[in-house]
Amino acid sequence: MTASSQSYLQLESVSKRFGDFVAVNNVSLTVERGEIFCLLGASGCGKTTLLRLLAGFEAPSSGRLLIDGQDLALIPPYRRPVNMMFQSYALFPHMSVERNVAFGLEQERLSRSEITRRVGEILDIVKMGPYLKRKPHQLSGGQRQRVALARALAKRPKLLLLDEPLGALDRKLREHTQFELINIQQQLGVTFVVVTHDQEEAMTLATRIGVMDHGEIVQVGTPRQIYEFPQTRFVADFIGSVNLFEGRLVEDEPDFVRVQCPELPATVLIDHGISAPPNAPVWVAVRPEKIALSSVAQQHTDNWAHGVIREIAYLGDWSVFLVRLESGREVRATVANNSRKPEEQFVRDASVYLSWEASSPVVGSV
Amino acid sequence: MLQRLQRYFSVEHLGRPVATAVPMLWLLLFFLVPFLIVLKISFSEVLMAMPPYAPMIEWTHERMLAIKLHLANYHFLFTDALYLDSFLYSIKVAAVSTFICLLVGYPMALAIARAEPARRSLLLMLIILPFWTSFLLRIYAWIGLLKDDGLINGLLLSLHLIHAPIQMANTSFAVYIGIVYSYLPFMILPLYANLEKHDSTLLEAAADLGAAPWKAFVRITFPLSVPGVVAGAMLVFIPAVGEYVIPTLLGSANQLMIGRVLSDEFFENRDWPVASAVAIVILIVLMGPILIFQRYRSHELGAGA
Repeated sequence: MTASSQSYLQLESVSKRFGDFVAVNNVSLTVERGEIFCLLGASGCGKTTLLRLLAGFEAPSSGRLLIDGQDLALIPPYRRPVNMMFQSYALFPHMSVERNVAFGLEQERLSRSEITRRVGEILDIVKMGPYLKRKPHQLSGGQRQRVALARALAKRPKLLLLDEPLGALDRKLREHTQFELINIQQQLGVTFVVVTHDQEEAMTLATRIGVMDHGEIVQVGTPRQIYEFPQTRFVADFIGSVNLFEGRLVEDEPDFVRVQCPELPATVLIDHGISAPPNAPVWVAVRPEKIALSSVAQQHTDNWAHGVIREIAYLGDWSVFLVRLESGREVRATVANNSRKPEEQFVRDASVYLSWEASSPVVGSV
Repeated sequence: MLQRLQRYFSVEHLGRPVATAVPMLWLLLFFLVPFLIVLKISFSEVLMAMPPYAPMIEWTHERMLAIKLHLANYHFLFTDALYLDSFLYSIKVAAVSTFICLLVGYPMALAIARAEPARRSLLLMLIILPFWTSFLLRIYAWIGLLKDDGLINGLLLSLHLIHAPIQMANTSFAVYIGIVYSYLPFMILPLYANLEKHDSTLLEAAADLGAAPWKAFVRITFPLSVPGVVAGAMLVFIPAVGEYVIPTLLGSANQLMIGRVLSDEFFENRDWPVASAVAIVILIVLMGPILIFQRYRSHELGAGA
């Protein structure tokens, strides 16, 4: 492989063990220059350990990490071309905003005037210019987050690692900051690797997402791929909300399959094939927003169910319906509130028919 | 109105004054009152009597209340070089000992703070363990180690490294050893308390930004530990200035520390007024570092969180 065709960041079968505990298990991954790559997973899935391996705070038990083709193994954290924004921000409490941001540049032995210029520049980008002389304890959470970002960006790293960058911000500020972060990333052309447990954050920020579970990367893809085409039951269940049914493959053709689920009155028709033996146990996932509600019975043989509305949650833009099927199973369906008037036939305890398109469900082998 | 009164005398309302009154009363009885007595004696005239000083407030025959402030005691301190010399010597010994305690204690405190949590209590235990033996016994043990026919000289002689014993006991060297040895825990404990609270991600952030470990220590760990350094230094320096037992047992008779001078004035010369004046002057001189310490503490509390 020549240098030009290499990915910017390469992880080759990286594992990290702490005693008997395997925090990161045989992870191979590539990230391209200029990407925002999100590592998404529940807490304890190994995503932060993976980030710390990249930063150099932990050494891998096996495997290789390469940036631009250069093996990071023997490079201590303070010599890596990588900077990190810490979840706790880790601002130096005894230094002003200016000194915090200048810290990294001072280690490069730049001239005073050059440091001042670059600190001013980066603080302007994060809109913290007026707060130069403040100490961290005099700043709000959002301001600290900006200073932490500025400090990590000041050295113009090729790769920026962000550990739950928006975790400590309240919801409104978060949404705003997410887009700002993308702007800054595009402005500076830095490659971001972001760790988060918040799928919404991952969806908004990421060009690609790597979903982690128990130290392994279970699926890598664009936000849309991850959401619409989950490859495993874990991913389907973890990303967004989903109705999961277990069943058996009753018909298996190259361009469609039929699944019989004990919890559903009708078979599920899916318009894509699956490589599994006939009668194999499979799981089927249908997203709530892809289920349509109707008060009249459907003409189809497949892809419907009948039940009673148990709960309705009005969320403004959406309403969530919890429907109990005759099998006792509860199914979630969301309906966009396109009209300002309530749909009178869908009230609590009303009988409803559920239906979905053959293109909606995802199927996978158990 | 009644409700207001009830609230005023309620437990919550009284809690704070009562809680602060206890230490205030304690300080008043056991610090302020003795201090005022000493202050009063320092302005009295020495007498061969019981008590060995003249009363300060007296009724004269002309029905006058005479308050006599005898300033000669203070004046005397500056006429005899003994007092100034031993004063300066005490401050030098205390300052050098404090510095050595810091040099020895800082790495120990840092090592304990960075040890595994399970091992920290054991290590702290080892620091405190010497307190379980009488202080006097431990100082006598040092005499046994340092004297001419003591353990260290004996060992060096038997190894033929030296041909005549080195005089170590009854020297300034022995005083330094004694003070550093005795006061080291007072340096380590506040330093440890400070260092233990440090956020380890700050050091990771420093490393991430390109600072080698020693640089991170200089720029992050040490500046953040200054309140601990100040606290430890005060806890060593202040009592070391007035130290009496260690210089008496380990020091030379030619160079006296001020604590020894004070005790000699009281018990040998029975000159209570001069002894009291010495005590007052020590107190005034030590007020400086105590005030610095207080300012640091309030500064730290103000910047807290």
